[in-house]
Amino acid sequence: MSTLMSGNEAFARGAWEAGVKVAAGYPGTPSTEILENLSKYDDLYCEWAPNEKVAFEVSAGACLTGVRTLTTMKHVGLNVAADPLMTLAYTGVAGGFVAIVADDPGMHSSQNEQDTRQYAHFARIPVLEPSDSQEAKDFLKEGYEISEKYLTPVIVRSTTRVAHSLSLVETSNRKPSSVAEFKKDPQRFVPIPAWARAMRVKVEKRYHELTAAANKSPLNRIEWADKKLGIVACGIAYQYVKEVWPEASVLKLGWAYPFPDELIKEFAAGVEELLVVEELDPFIEEHLKVMGIACHGRDVVPGIGELSPTALMASRAKLEGRPFELPQPVPESKDLPTRPPVLCSGCPHRGIFYSLAQLDVIVTGDIGCYSLGVMKPLGSLDTILCMGGGITMAHGMDKAGEKRPVVGVVGDSTFFHSGITGLLDISYNRGKSTIIVLDNRTTAMTGHQDNPGTGKTLMGESTVAVAIDEVAKACGIKRIVTVNPYELENVQKVLREEIAANEPSLIISKAPCLLLSKQRMAEPFMIDEDICVNCGTCLGLGCPAIEARGDKPTINTLSCTGCSMCEQICPTQAISQMNRK
Amino acid sequence: MVGVGGQGILLASAIIANAAMLSGYQVKTNEVHGMAQRGGSVSGQIRYGHEVHSPLVAVGTASVIGSLEHVEALRMAPFLAPNGLCVVNAQEVIPVTVSMGAAAYPEDTHERLTRVFSNLIEFDAAAIAAANGSVRAANVALLGAMSTGLDLTEEAWHEAIAKCVKPKFVDINLKVFAAGRDYKKA
Repeated sequence: MSTLMSGNEAFARGAWEAGVKVAAGYPGTPSTEILENLSKYDDLYCEWAPNEKVAFEVSAGACLTGVRTLTTMKHVGLNVAADPLMTLAYTGVAGGFVAIVADDPGMHSSQNEQDTRQYAHFARIPVLEPSDSQEAKDFLKEGYEISEKYLTPVIVRSTTRVAHSLSLVETSNRKPSSVAEFKKDPQRFVPIPAWARAMRVKVEKRYHELTAAANKSPLNRIEWADKKLGIVACGIAYQYVKEVWPEASVLKLGWAYPFPDELIKEFAAGVEELLVVEELDPFIEEHLKVMGIACHGRDVVPGIGELSPTALMASRAKLEGRPFELPQPVPESKDLPTRPPVLCSGCPHRGIFYSLAQLDVIVTGDIGCYSLGVMKPLGSLDTILCMGGGITMAHGMDKAGEKRPVVGVVGDSTFFHSGITGLLDISYNRGKSTIIVLDNRTTAMTGHQDNPGTGKTLMGESTVAVAIDEVAKACGIKRIVTVNPYELENVQKVLREEIAANEPSLIISKAPCLLLSKQRMAEPFMIDEDICVNCGTCLGLGCPAIEARGDKPTINTLSCTGCSMCEQICPTQAISQMNRK
Repeated sequence: MVGVGGQGILLASAIIANAAMLSGYQVKTNEVHGMAQRGGSVSGQIRYGHEVHSPLVAVGTASVIGSLEHVEALRMAPFLAPNGLCVVNAQEVIPVTVSMGAAAYPEDTHERLTRVFSNLIEFDAAAIAAANGSVRAANVALLGAMSTGLDLTEEAWHEAIAKCVKPKFVDINLKVFAAGRDYKKA
């Protein structure tokens, strides 16, 4: 029976069918729903780890007992987990080990574009690329077979459009999972230099065995059709190719690395002209050129952003040397206002960013909803680098001798992810930065996952809720203040005091994400237009519930959550709660 | 399906996909998660037929566009096929960019919609939803009107709604759907 599943639901189903026993990951769009769905299945263990390195290592440890394990993350998460990846490639695995890594071409919800296939090349391990939900499930299962046959970690590369597209999937039953039993074998699992040198040779030998296997794998296939043009395609790009070049011969590479050279040669020899269509890096194209095979690729297919049928229609025209004009936007849709994502109405982060914007400070930010604090009118973020970077970059600016005060901002989940080591650095190295943890009791941006501070696990069990102030104290921070971000006057006062202090301090802004509680804080507010002098102060909050079309602002009572921040800052007291009128 | 984060675009997209599947078609959809959902423009794309490869709709090929918001309908205009149906909810959601004076919300969206879409249903989906039991079902009222431009059976729609919404809201949603579907006739 076929079921409509997203790629991420299909990955979860595949992991369950493959008999996976342990799965660990860290939330990150577009990978998050894999573990959320997997945790609903029986007979396996799933967890949100504090970060991707931890998740990777948990899965690596589990696989050495002989059971099948999964780790999931987004592309930037693999940077964090790159350390264990590179050496697990040496020691190899016992039970099957697959890392599903989701790339985000077009940066729908990411700070950069990365092509995870480069990591497979870097570590000399296989990478599989499904192009729809059925393949997501099937390729993951095949990944475990490859992993166990060649004792190698395997990467399955997903992308946004594979992860979040629904398509039909045939399901099957679960393979019984192995029983955990670690077998002592230090020459295999301990890469001290003497043994690691032997492992290095084995990695190379395995690479050649994998190449031979990829040549014969059913994941790679030639679809012969018109031989004037042959297209090498993988992942979601394959689907677009089938729409845009329905007549062409296609070499579909589901197992693109190690490169199936023999298959590539056979295909190239059978067609008059060759084109490679792949998303992000010219990974296959460059290899073809190394092999001495002439092909088109980046000369006609864009390498920045994501591909689409529309983009490839332009590529096809370019390849055929004819002009192509995208349907022009009608005049009526030319001057439309943009609608960027914003902090939600009633978001607790708004109180902190509004207050920071009133001060002459530099703000180093982090990854999460609060990155939206960079948008005008709040405009209070100055930098973002990576998770945890909000803390450490503040310390770096401070040590460089920056004259203006620097305030670092992180979220609760990012604090646990990689903020703690940064805080330790500030305290150990006699820093004096002010750090704010926006503790909204959830991992909000990715859709409200639990984290070490929430008191709940991915599997729904209650657990210790790690207190941020206690962690900070243990790191050696002496000045720790907790504020309610909705009390703007107090927030301002605390900010001034802590910034002025000549020692490190941590401000915890504690208030739950309103999207999570799905409740209004109080009755909605309204603006009395007779009292309002249209000074625009309330608009400085950037609250989506306060609407203005050039005239006096009004409050959209459907979206107002009653947080009262606008009432607090209105200089003419024109704003009050509806039921008080 | 397009609109603003929080309007129920993803649920409506799931209903269309299921109705297509229950009608025996292959179906693929696409939607945006994560940051884009925070009050930004949200869209869900559905493609169905006897053979479907791409989950993304190419420009100029959509049979129907349903929008819960005026400006978002205009933004998506290039995707509609010639003579395709556009259904628009009579709602204007002012983006923060407009409130802070960095952009203007056009005053003449109704005129623009009429000029751009030759086959247009413009109606107050929220009012129809409210009149039939729940103001929150505006997305399903919109679906009802959209269904007049799609070759899927009424039974498939009903079954898809029953599958996608919580059991206690099925009856209300069926009623709202029927009212939306009948709007054009009325």
